[in-house]
Amino acid sequence: MSVRRSTLIFAWTLLLPAVLYVTVIVAYPLVDTFILSFTDASLKKTTNWVGAANYEKIFNGTFAEVIIRTFVWTAFSVAIKMIIGTFGAVMLNAAVPGRALFRVLTMPPWIVPMAIGIFMWGWMYNGQFGMISGLLQNWGLIDGPVAFLAHGSTAFWATIVTDVWIGVPMVTLYMLASMQAVPQDLYEAAWTDGAGRFYRFRRITLPLLVPAMITMSMLSLIATFNSFDIIWILTQGGPNGDTTTMIIDTYRTAIGSKKYGEGAARAVLICIFLSIFCIAYFRVTHRLASEEHR
Amino acid sequence: MSQPTMIHRYRWYELVGIYAGILLFLTFILAPFVEGFLVSLKPLALLFSSPYRFWPENGSLAAYRTMWVSVPGFARYIFNSFFISTIITVAVLLLVVPSAYAFARFKFRGSGALLAAFLAVNMFSGAVLLIPLFRLMRSFGVLNTYFAMIVPGVAFLIPSAIWLLRTYMMRIPRELDEAAFVDGASHVYTLRRVILPIAMPGIAVVAITTFIGSYAQQFIFALTFNSKTEYMPLPIGLYAYFGRQEVVWNELMAASFVGIAPAVIVIFFLQRYLVSGLTAGAVKQ
Repeated sequence: MSVRRSTLIFAWTLLLPAVLYVTVIVAYPLVDTFILSFTDASLKKTTNWVGAANYEKIFNGTFAEVIIRTFVWTAFSVAIKMIIGTFGAVMLNAAVPGRALFRVLTMPPWIVPMAIGIFMWGWMYNGQFGMISGLLQNWGLIDGPVAFLAHGSTAFWATIVTDVWIGVPMVTLYMLASMQAVPQDLYEAAWTDGAGRFYRFRRITLPLLVPAMITMSMLSLIATFNSFDIIWILTQGGPNGDTTTMIIDTYRTAIGSKKYGEGAARAVLICIFLSIFCIAYFRVTHRLASEEHR
Repeated sequence: MSQPTMIHRYRWYELVGIYAGILLFLTFILAPFVEGFLVSLKPLALLFSSPYRFWPENGSLAAYRTMWVSVPGFARYIFNSFFISTIITVAVLLLVVPSAYAFARFKFRGSGALLAAFLAVNMFSGAVLLIPLFRLMRSFGVLNTYFAMIVPGVAFLIPSAIWLLRTYMMRIPRELDEAAFVDGASHVYTLRRVILPIAMPGIAVVAITTFIGSYAQQFIFALTFNSKTEYMPLPIGLYAYFGRQEVVWNELMAASFVGIAPAVIVIFFLQRYLVSGLTAGAVKQ
């Protein structure tokens, strides 16, 4: 018994520093955000309890619109990421010469500091001299220059494309790893039975990839929902708020306008959505894991 | 990975299709880098001329020389970035190695819930917690110092590091540490002399991913908690330059490439370990 107790004490000694650290830097601020959201805290004002007023303001203002936009933005970004990332993984899984190099070449958007990749996109979207507008004009596909970040609808899609670009390497590497985890003998058995390549892909690879796809979509959903740098650097939420997502609006309210209380209420709402995703993620991965063991 | 066997042999039209697919995919991935690099070679006059020209005629490396002067503090930004990321990585390892071992080896009441709680932390971005973190940093009096960027950075990188290293450590045979323990070695001795040496490759992967992660997240915390040029990390330093009225684009791109070169070189050599480590952590939870 004494051995087990000493083991327990040892385990907790090992855990304590990390647990304490995360509690102070993450858990406490989480609680503080919740409390602040019921106050009128700002840079100058003394902090008064205002009840649910900040939350009422949210739904009276433009924030309801922002919530919908955030979900649409996230849905498109995740869907496109998954499609392009899986496509890339399928291509890079083929046993062709040069694939080791091709795999390395998918990594840069993920490795390079995010902000720097975004600067490059900022230039590509430039209407007067950027590559996208320039090439489209040279090829005669558009008549005049298009400043992608200056118009609401194009800016919305431009920020999505950049978000997809940053997220794709992760999806590709993850899907590639899952594909390689598929037992080879399954393919060989199917091959001896005379199954063609496409048939093998559709009936073996694809079904076995579904769990990985679900897991990756959930992880990607959370990351995309939290996406800040891309929109902030490219458009700061403009033009006319057409690229303002919940994260951007929270930052503007809390840090930009120094309305801590109103910002905190927005942050709490984000936390609620994230918690829902989080629970869904745990349930999905749990179910997938238990199916695997059956 | 198996060698190409009979079933992997492609017909010529399949090969053409695969290479076309790869080309399409890599074009999307690499286009910004190619364009960025070409821009860094172009003289400004060519950059701002119409119609758009893809290739840099009369290209030169001039921007790589002038940007040291026109992006003031550039060398300092690079130093800051490496300094911040290094400290964050060391701190994360110090906190994570013991806890990952505890999670990998000991099952006790609440250990599963605690592990899940760490994972949940991973899902909240720094942006959500900026207000209280800002107040916290202000009350500690560390705004506009390296601490303000390092302290929150560490917290948000701990969870994924724990999960990755725990998975790795679980694959180390239990018999090894049990044998040492039965032989009379203390827990601490077993951890230091038996587990740590074997876990080194896993720890290296965690160190690299943490370093990359800390480099990537140097934006929002630095944007919010620091306004002093001398402490700015590279992304924010360049962002401050990017936000000016007249951006000298060829110099900005040159600065970007110089800024990312060290990281890219390191990772190019380590990518094999990186991919295997990453996917091990992700696939087998």
